[in-house]
Amino acid sequence: MKLQLRGITKRFGSLVANDRIDLTVEQGEIHCLLGENGAGKSTLMNVIYGLLQPDDGEILVDGKRITCNNPADAMAVGIGMVHQHFMLVPVFTVAENVMLGAEQTYGPGFLDVDAARHRVREISERYGFHVDPDAIVENLPVGVQQRVEIIKALVRDAHVLILDEPTAVLTPQETDELIEIMRQLKANGTSIVFITHKLREVRAIADRITVIRLGKVVGEPDVSASESELASLMVGRAVTLAVAKDPPDVGDVVVDVRGMTVVDERDHVVVDDVSFDVKSGEILAVAGVQGNGQTELTEAIMGLQQRATGSVLLHGVELLGKSVRSVLRAGVGFVPEDRRVDGLVGDFTVAENLVLDRHDEPPFASGPMLKPAVVRRSAKDRIAEFDIRAGSGATLAKTLSGGNQQKVVIARELSRPLRALVAAQPTRGLDVGSIEFVHRRLIAERDKGTAVLIVSTELDEVSALADRVLVMYRGTVVGIVPGDTDRDVLGLMMAGVPPEEAAERARQHHTLVEGLATGQDGRE
Amino acid sequence: MRTELATRPAESADAQPAVALTRHWRTPIMFGLFGLLALVVFGILPDGGRASTFGLSLTDDAIQLAPISVPSKLAATLLALVCLGIAAYAAWQTYLGRRVPLWLSITFGVAFVLSFLTWAVAGSEISLTSALQGTLALSVPLIFGALCGMMGERTGVINIAIEGQLLAGAFLSGVAASLVGNVWVGLIAAPLAGLAVAWVLAVFTVRYFVNQIIVGVVLNVLVIGVTNFLYSRLLSPLKDTWNSPGRFPRLKIPVLSEIPVIGPVLFHQTIIVYIMYVVVVLAHIALFRTRWGLRVRAVGEHPEAADTAGIGVNTVRFRNVLLGGALAGLGGAYFTLGAVGLFSPEMTAGAGFIALAAMIMGRWTPIGAVFAALLFGFANNLQSVLGIIGSPIPSEFMLMAPYLLTIFAVAGLVGRIRPPAFNGQPYIKS
Amino acid sequence: MSENSSNELTIGQRFFRELTTGGTALTLLSILLAMLIGGVLIVVSDPDVQETAAYFLSRPTDTLLAIWESASSAYAAMFAGSVIDFEAASFGESLIPLADTLTYATPLIGAGLAVALAFRAGLLNIGAQGQILIGATLAGLVGFGMDLPPVVHLGFAVLAGFIGGAIWGGIAGLIKAKTGAHEVIVTIMLNHIAALLLAYLLTTQLFRRKGQAAPISPFVADSAALPRFFADSRLNLGLFVMLLAAVYSWWLLSRSTMGFRFKAVGHNPHAATTAGISVGRSYTAVMFIGGGLAGIAGASQVLGTESYLSTSIAGELGFDAITVALLGRSSPIGTVAASLLFGALRAGAVTMQAQTGTPIDIVLVVQSLIVLFIAAPPLVRAVFRLKVRAASPMAAEVGGKV
Repeated sequence: MKLQLRGITKRFGSLVANDRIDLTVEQGEIHCLLGENGAGKSTLMNVIYGLLQPDDGEILVDGKRITCNNPADAMAVGIGMVHQHFMLVPVFTVAENVMLGAEQTYGPGFLDVDAARHRVREISERYGFHVDPDAIVENLPVGVQQRVEIIKALVRDAHVLILDEPTAVLTPQETDELIEIMRQLKANGTSIVFITHKLREVRAIADRITVIRLGKVVGEPDVSASESELASLMVGRAVTLAVAKDPPDVGDVVVDVRGMTVVDERDHVVVDDVSFDVKSGEILAVAGVQGNGQTELTEAIMGLQQRATGSVLLHGVELLGKSVRSVLRAGVGFVPEDRRVDGLVGDFTVAENLVLDRHDEPPFASGPMLKPAVVRRSAKDRIAEFDIRAGSGATLAKTLSGGNQQKVVIARELSRPLRALVAAQPTRGLDVGSIEFVHRRLIAERDKGTAVLIVSTELDEVSALADRVLVMYRGTVVGIVPGDTDRDVLGLMMAGVPPEEAAERARQHHTLVEGLATGQDGRE
Repeated sequence: MRTELATRPAESADAQPAVALTRHWRTPIMFGLFGLLALVVFGILPDGGRASTFGLSLTDDAIQLAPISVPSKLAATLLALVCLGIAAYAAWQTYLGRRVPLWLSITFGVAFVLSFLTWAVAGSEISLTSALQGTLALSVPLIFGALCGMMGERTGVINIAIEGQLLAGAFLSGVAASLVGNVWVGLIAAPLAGLAVAWVLAVFTVRYFVNQIIVGVVLNVLVIGVTNFLYSRLLSPLKDTWNSPGRFPRLKIPVLSEIPVIGPVLFHQTIIVYIMYVVVVLAHIALFRTRWGLRVRAVGEHPEAADTAGIGVNTVRFRNVLLGGALAGLGGAYFTLGAVGLFSPEMTAGAGFIALAAMIMGRWTPIGAVFAALLFGFANNLQSVLGIIGSPIPSEFMLMAPYLLTIFAVAGLVGRIRPPAFNGQPYIKS
Repeated sequence: MSENSSNELTIGQRFFRELTTGGTALTLLSILLAMLIGGVLIVVSDPDVQETAAYFLSRPTDTLLAIWESASSAYAAMFAGSVIDFEAASFGESLIPLADTLTYATPLIGAGLAVALAFRAGLLNIGAQGQILIGATLAGLVGFGMDLPPVVHLGFAVLAGFIGGAIWGGIAGLIKAKTGAHEVIVTIMLNHIAALLLAYLLTTQLFRRKGQAAPISPFVADSAALPRFFADSRLNLGLFVMLLAAVYSWWLLSRSTMGFRFKAVGHNPHAATTAGISVGRSYTAVMFIGGGLAGIAGASQVLGTESYLSTSIAGELGFDAITVALLGRSSPIGTVAASLLFGALRAGAVTMQAQTGTPIDIVLVVQSLIVLFIAAPPLVRAVFRLKVRAASPMAAEVGGKV
């Protein structure tokens, strides 16, 4: 099946998310759609899948114009989609999820669960998915849940499969497996639209590449294009992620984490006996694939996790078991992972957000009274100092761009005296300019003698900032290595390979993904 | 062949995150506390030497059984010990890291209630059969109401307006039956009244995304206002025309109605009760065995997933709210056409809220709601029965039981309840 | 601060903006529409109208006259009963309706604030009814059961009212904070428990009036009574207590650190938690304070307006409180204004029933319709073909799971 897009345009208010996009996906090809976060990839795919209606342009399947008013229409013409956030009902079984919306029934609408089980087993065996049709989805690991999503699409006879950032939640190994699955699907004649911003994966699997930036198609580079070529197309200018920084002036241990264990709501151990320390004047980066316990680790340090055991010492004083407020008061700054949810009150003004954690301290309050005038004046200074592009302190935080919202959070946390700073995914979803700004401020904070702990899933960021790197895998510490460790080694460690073995293997092999791309991967 | 770097899918598929052994002690603790309460208050404290007598047959039953008489103190003590035994077993299960099974909770409840009952009727006699009859009579509207709430909440629409829908059903069924002079017309009108109220709820919450709870609260009062108004204007002054609907006769089902104790309770009832049996069974099967049920549950648990699977989320919600309204309307008819024989203002008297409680206690399943509603109906009936023979505790406290139990339930003190994940959240497509 | 942006405008400009951007216009139109539908209900159920409609085709003017007569006399009576009675004997007497309106509005203010405050912290307090009942119970108990010197007695009785309501609200807040149980379910259940508790207490020696079969309490002592202003009206000092409560609520929400926390929690509990604000403590505190204000409303009923405790001491105040808070858009000033409106509706309806025989329940109908229309701006806009933008104060952001 051949899928063509012609001049697709989608606007949200004044924002043009997709601007006259043309795209052609041939039968049985893997077409990579490459672009930064916010470039408009997901919007485009939602348009194809009928979740959004384009303002202009047309979609053709095998040369015939189609309109998808809803996902049902898209599925009817053979388009399937695996969303970034899985569209699975957590309390349903695999079989129930797979049949939902395309149920086989007998009699007066009774579900034919056996038929669904059979279909799941059949597809599962054909592609080696190893999925139990009767397992409850919420009990399955993410990698398996993703396969359930793929089964869902295949059961509906998808000839074009859209995979939206499928590797964001996977380990390198699971990514390899997914790539293998994509090859098999391709061999069976399925076309795949593979959305990503990870260059290596593109080079490993793509038959064709389309790069979009700021809602527009900016190039269709050859698959042999180098990573730096792809990167500069994607970002729009030569990328120098490396920020100038001096060697660290390391002092005493500030934060000392011992035997930290965190259990989540479903009783799973998500952080498992983690120990490390962060010294004054250094940046320790916690690297790992998303969902390996990093988020919970930072939350436990801040007092945000109820079921955390172990010890967190700040200059020898125990923090674990204390309230968030006490931890903040003790001199720990916190930049949460999801600024929109955890960092800002969207309906508060910028000024209010800038004092969110200090609103009841002098000079912003005296006793139970708030002092709005002081809050306003202080906001004016912060806005200038951190170059926050907001009309005034009275602007509502939710109306700011992502970069400016993050600046508000950073300004709030850095404008009080800190002993330690915990920053989770400090640049996620930001434009390059904001990333540079944030990185410079973090390094400046380090140079002031603060102990800085950063969590990042982006190896580039880790390499750019870290003085030491702690790699987490399934809640445990794989190892703590110097900041300049080879990224292949870090990649292997992120898959759970111990540091020595990783270093050894990295010497002998390219990483699998690169190997696959060049066809020298040790296949017999 | 794969390279050595890749782990096999089989391995990662089987690999589960480590599970911490965590024990939830609330249930055994609550069991223990209630067991002790039963032991002390029902068993140890009262004077001995009295008997509790339970009648098992009504005078017109075909098979007559002799009443059972037990020594009050001994029986209550033994039943309390059963409660404590169950508490100990629950504690053992919890220690092993297992969940306390549902049947155990039900057994505990039955033993506790029986212990209470033996204590409460010490020195006198109550008829078990008529107590059960009274229980069912009070439970019928609760069951319809709980099903109504469930239809909405399973799709994610909270229906606080069950009370209003019951009342509307009661009102219109009475008025329609009176005007036409035929109770059957009332039975048809009742669901339409509930449907009308539900339609307003659906329009506001599903189409305009107005807060579901606020609309529900307001609709209750709107229905009270309209029915009270019309009652004062028409039903009260012109009673013969507007408010003399008559009642459905009780129908005996041959053979079944002659089963001792439960026969006259279950199978000597009005048509509305028989309809209820059918509706409960149908609802349970439909919810868990059919395509309709799968889609309904998906919409309440993960509307976006349902949407991407091609299911019209808001259509499903709209229809289910209407369906729920019709059921509640039917339940309302029981007040006028089944029980009383005429409409009186605010005659539902909070049944809609107890129905809501029954739905929660029944964990959003039809069968569960039936048992919860029966329990609440039993408590309500018992307080009036005990009022006649001289109750050891004030009736107001008996009437509080459903409300207290519901607070315990939602606070997680008696088992864990898990509502549909997207309950109460409007589905607004971007 | 969120209000700052409008601080730069003059009051006139702000009023104009408010009027044109829809808030006020929408409210007024909603009230109009609700009254209109209420009028229709009055008309169609009027026996005179039905009678004349029988020969509508031969003499349509009779029907139309009857319709006009029915609706206009009802609403005229309502006006006369709530604002000024022009047919009264003296000027003083002509103002009695106004005093009645204020009397009815008094408890509404406190109860409405209970809902409004909770709403700002992201909670739906359906429990004002129970909070009023328990507040009234404790206030009453102090009022008739204790013997204290004048002023002290009154102060203590009002405080007891506050504490009663605060405990009842605080329980719901605490359960929400500790277990996550939905406050709507808990407060609904607590309402019923409070009503049954009061019903039980009124059967006991301690509460029941001597020689009375009906479940009512003795009269409160004069030393604990809220002084009345006029001989012919039950209007009492409670009104000023309630206005003070409104001023306090305004200060709490816009000038205090605690109010800052309430609003942060209400808008985004996650970010509030991350910034070191305890969501649970805010929930408990706001329900405690709100419940206390509702409790004072209960106290003003028993110490001022009614003078004794009965099972109907709270009437439909719990529901009215929700409508008042919504109509007042959860602001203290708005709540006071809305209380006056609904107080007037109620006072007027009493007169209306007496003069035209229109059942008082029409108030419930009009009141619920007003709230429904305010809740759904698109609907009202569609009816009046307006092109205005107004944020619905209760669009689904509050609520969540049950």
